[in-house]
Amino acid sequence: MTAQDVLDLSAAQTARTIADRGASAADVVTASLARVAANAALNAFVTVASEADVRVAADVAPQGILHGVPVAVKDNIATTTLSTSCGSRILAGWVSPYEATAVSKLRAAGAVIIGKTNMDEFAMGSSTENSAFGPTRNPLDHSRVPGGSSGGSAAAVASGACRIAYGSETGGSVRQPAAFCGIVGVKPTYGRVSRFGLVAFASSLDHIGVFGRSVDDAAVGLQVIAGHDPQDATAVDVPVGDYRAAAGRPLTGLVVGVPTEYYPASLDAKIRAKCDRAIDVLRQLGAEIRTVSLPHTDLAIPVYYILAPAEASSNLARFDGVRYGPRAAADDLSDMYERTRSEGFGPEVTRRIILGTYVLSQGHYDAYYLKAMLVRERITQDFANVFASGVHVLFTPTTPSPAFTFGARSDPLDMYLSDIFTATANLAGVPAMSQPIGLVDGMPVGGQLLAAHFREADMFCAAYALEHALGPEALA
Amino acid sequence: MSTAMETDVTAGFEMVVGLEVHVQLKTQTKAFCGCSTNFGAPPNQNTCPVCLALPGALPVLNARAVELALRVALGFGFTVNARSIFARKNYFYPDLPKGYQISQHDTPIAEHGRLDIGLLINGEPRVIGITRAHMEEDAGKSIHDRYESATAVDLNRSGVPLVEIVSEPEMRSPEEAGAYLRTLKQILLYLDISDCNMEEGSLRVDANVSARPFGQVRLGTKCEVKNMNSFSGVERALAAEFRRQCGVLVAGGSVQQQTLLWDGAKGEIRPARSKEGSSDYRYFPEPDLPPLLISDAELARVRETLPELPAARRARYAAMKLSEYDVQELTADPATGPFFEAVLALHADAKSVANWVNGEVRAVVNERDTAWDAMSLEPARLAALIDLVRDGVVSSSAAKKIFAQLLVSTDTPRAIAERDGLVQVRDDNALAGWVDEVLAEHPVEAARYAAGEKKLVGLLVGLVMKKSQGRADPKLVNQLLSSRATG
Ligand SMILES: [Zn+2]
Repeated sequence: MTAQDVLDLSAAQTARTIADRGASAADVVTASLARVAANAALNAFVTVASEADVRVAADVAPQGILHGVPVAVKDNIATTTLSTSCGSRILAGWVSPYEATAVSKLRAAGAVIIGKTNMDEFAMGSSTENSAFGPTRNPLDHSRVPGGSSGGSAAAVASGACRIAYGSETGGSVRQPAAFCGIVGVKPTYGRVSRFGLVAFASSLDHIGVFGRSVDDAAVGLQVIAGHDPQDATAVDVPVGDYRAAAGRPLTGLVVGVPTEYYPASLDAKIRAKCDRAIDVLRQLGAEIRTVSLPHTDLAIPVYYILAPAEASSNLARFDGVRYGPRAAADDLSDMYERTRSEGFGPEVTRRIILGTYVLSQGHYDAYYLKAMLVRERITQDFANVFASGVHVLFTPTTPSPAFTFGARSDPLDMYLSDIFTATANLAGVPAMSQPIGLVDGMPVGGQLLAAHFREADMFCAAYALEHALGPEALA
Repeated sequence: MSTAMETDVTAGFEMVVGLEVHVQLKTQTKAFCGCSTNFGAPPNQNTCPVCLALPGALPVLNARAVELALRVALGFGFTVNARSIFARKNYFYPDLPKGYQISQHDTPIAEHGRLDIGLLINGEPRVIGITRAHMEEDAGKSIHDRYESATAVDLNRSGVPLVEIVSEPEMRSPEEAGAYLRTLKQILLYLDISDCNMEEGSLRVDANVSARPFGQVRLGTKCEVKNMNSFSGVERALAAEFRRQCGVLVAGGSVQQQTLLWDGAKGEIRPARSKEGSSDYRYFPEPDLPPLLISDAELARVRETLPELPAARRARYAAMKLSEYDVQELTADPATGPFFEAVLALHADAKSVANWVNGEVRAVVNERDTAWDAMSLEPARLAALIDLVRDGVVSSSAAKKIFAQLLVSTDTPRAIAERDGLVQVRDDNALAGWVDEVLAEHPVEAARYAAGEKKLVGLLVGLVMKKSQGRADPKLVNQLLSSRATG
C-alpha cells in the first residue's frame, strides 16, 4: 500500500497501518503535504509545515491513537512550530511561545500537524472570504465558498489532504463549512474541549471543533482533544465518553426530535427533502421520531450578534501594538492605538468591534447585552426542556442553503443568516454536528444532530447509523 | 494665602469623604496565573502567556487569593456573597495588557462591612460603613521617566491579586479619614493578608471628597484624589481639596467632577491627565471565569483560621489592668502581642512586662527595623531579666545595661549581671558603711535629715547610689536611712 493510499484510509486505520508497519509515518505525512501542494489553488492553508519538519515530527510521534496521522489546525489555535495569525494582518507571522492544550493532546496522540488553515479574520465570517490572506475555495466547486469561518480546515479535509482537521466555532464555524464541503463537522459541548490556546473571539460561545472525512474520523478527532484542563476554568471536569463505541449500535429506543422551528415554510424544498429522507432513514433504523418545539429559535441570530461582538470588542483589545504584532508609527499613544488597530483589522472585525463596543456602552447595556443574556437563557432552557422530555437527539438542516458563490452574501445581514440553524447550539452550549445527507444542485447539504450537554455519544450513535445507512447517497 | 482666609473659605461647609483602598494580597502567585508575585524582580521577569495577555491565554483563579479575600470579608464583618461574579473593566493602557482588568462589578465577593475607627463622637464610637470589598487584578507599571521619548512597561505586577475596599461616604474630616485608614491597615495586618506597604504600592488609597453646606442632605459633586503615598498625605490632600472646592462654591461656582492628583512634595492638588478621567468601562461579566461560589463550609473553614483581631486583643489586655497607653502600644501591630504574651507566660506581672516590651524592646525593634520574632531575644531571657529586677538582684538601671548585653551575648541575665558587676549590693554591712560615709561627708544635710526633714531622703539615697556606683539596692538604702531618721 502506498503512502498515498494510506491517506485515503480512515484516521484510525491510518494509525493502525503505520503501527503495523504497513507504511511509514514520515511517508504518510509527506504524501499529505503533496496533496496540499496539489490543491494550492484552494488557498486552504495560511502556513504549511516543511517536509523536513513533518518527517521529523512523524518519526518521533508517540504511538497513540493518531500515530502518524496528518492533521490540519485552524490558524487561531496556538502552535509553537507554526505561526498563529488568525487570518489577520495584526497577527501575521506571530509565533506563539506556548501551545494550545488541544494541540498538546494531538501531539501526545501521535498526530502530525501539516499546517495552519485559512479562516475568516478572527473567525468572524461564514465564508472564509474575510481572511487577510485571501479567500479559500470550495474543493467541490472553486467558484463557491467553503463556508466559514473554518473554511480552510474544511477544504483541507474535503480535498483529501488529511482525514481530520481542527477548527473553531462561535456560531457554526465548523458545522456550516462541513455542510458546504460535504464532510463531518463536530462542535462538542461547551467546556468539553479546553479553549486554552484558542485565540478568543467570543469566549462564552467559542469552541474548538473537529472536521472528519467520516463520522469515525470526527469521533477519533474529538476523542483525543476532549477532557478537563486546569488551564481553562470553563473546561468542565466531566468524564469523557467513548465516542466510537456508538458505531454500529442499533437506534432502537433512541428518540429523535424534529424541531418545527428549524423547518420554516421558507426552507428550500430540496433541502427539506434531503432532511425528510434522513429522518425516514433514522426511523427505519429503529429511532422514534418526535416533533418538538424550540420556541426561541428565531431570536438566536439577534442575540448572537449582540453577545458575540460584545465579547469580541473586549477580547480583541489586547491587539494594541504594545507587546506583539505590528505597531503603526504615531505621534502619541491614542494615535498609535487607532492607527495600529485600523491598519491591522479588516472591515468585518472592525464592524463587530464597533457593534460590540456600542452594546456594552453606558445607556445601551441593559437594552442590548442584558436583554440578550436573558434571551440566551430562554434558548438554553428550550433545549433543556426538550431533552428532559425524553428526546435524545435533534435532527435539523445545518444551513438554509448549500455553498454560495463568492461575493453572493455581500450584505453582512445576509451573511449572518447563514448561521441561523447553528448559532443556537453555541448559545446553549449543547453539542452539535453536521454530516452530509445529499446533494442539492450538485452541492452537498448537511444534516445537523444536536444532543444534551455532554451527551456527544448519543449524537455520534445516530450519526454513525445514518452515515452507514445513507452510504453513497450521503453525497448524492 | 493666609491661614485666616483659608478658614473663612471652609466655614459653613461640611466635608464628605469616601475612601477606596486597594490592598495587594500576600499570595505566592498571581491572581490568574502561576507567576511569582515577588516585588523587585527584574522588569517583566515574572510573566507568562496569561499575564502578558498573549492570544489564546486564559485566566484561572488562584484559590489562595479567594481565601485571603474571605479573611478580609470576615475581618470587617462583611456579608459574603455565596455567588459572586467577575467582570471585565475595559480600557486601553499599555500597562493593562488584556485591554481590560478582571474585577468584580455588580456582584462582589463581600458587601456591607463596617469599621469602628476608634474615635468617639459625642461619646459614641464612630463606625464607618464599608460598601463592599471586591477582588481584582493589578495592572503593570508604566515607567515614564526612564527613556527620553518612550514609556517603558513592566508587567511583573500585572495580575497580582488585589482586594478593593470601598467605604461609604461617611467620613467628615481628614482626621476621620486618617483614623479609618490606620484602623483598616491595623486589621489588615492582623489578618495577615497583605504587607500594606504604601511605598511599595501594596496598599493604595483613592479618596472621593465633596463639600456641602452644613445641614444639606444632598451630597455635593465629588472629585477623586489619587497619588497619595502616606496616610498623612491623604489627610493633607483631603484638606487641600476640600478648601479648593469650598473656594469654588463660595465664589458662586460649581464643582466639576474630575480626577485629581496629589503632589506630596509641593503639597498641591492638580488635575490628572485625561485618561484618568471618567470613562465608560463597559463592564460585563467575565466569560472566561465561572461565577465564584463560596460554600458555608468554606466560609466556616476560613473563619476558623482567623487570627485574634485588635479589638479582642485590646479587651483582653485591658482586663489585665494595663493602662490604656500600654494596651494601645501592645496591640498597635500584630507581632507585639505574641511576644508580650510569651514573656508574660514566664513572668506573671503584666505591668512590668508591658513596660519592658513597650520600652526597651520596642526601641530596639524600631531602631533595627526588624521583626519581633527575628530579634535575637528569646522571651525566656527577658522574663529572667525582669525576675532579677523583681527580686531586687539588679536595679532597673542595671537591668537596662544587662538588656543591651542580652542582644549581643548568649549569657543568661544573671551571668551578665555577675560578669559586669551589676548585682545589687544588699549586704547590710556594706550598705551601712556607705550610708555612714555619706552622712559623714554631708553633715549639714545629715543634721537636717536627723531633725525630721524627711524629703531629704531622695537626695541621700541618690548620694549613696552614686557612692556605690549604682550597685546598692535603693530600697534597702531607703529603709536604712528611714531607720536612721527615726532612730
Ligand atoms: Zn503570569
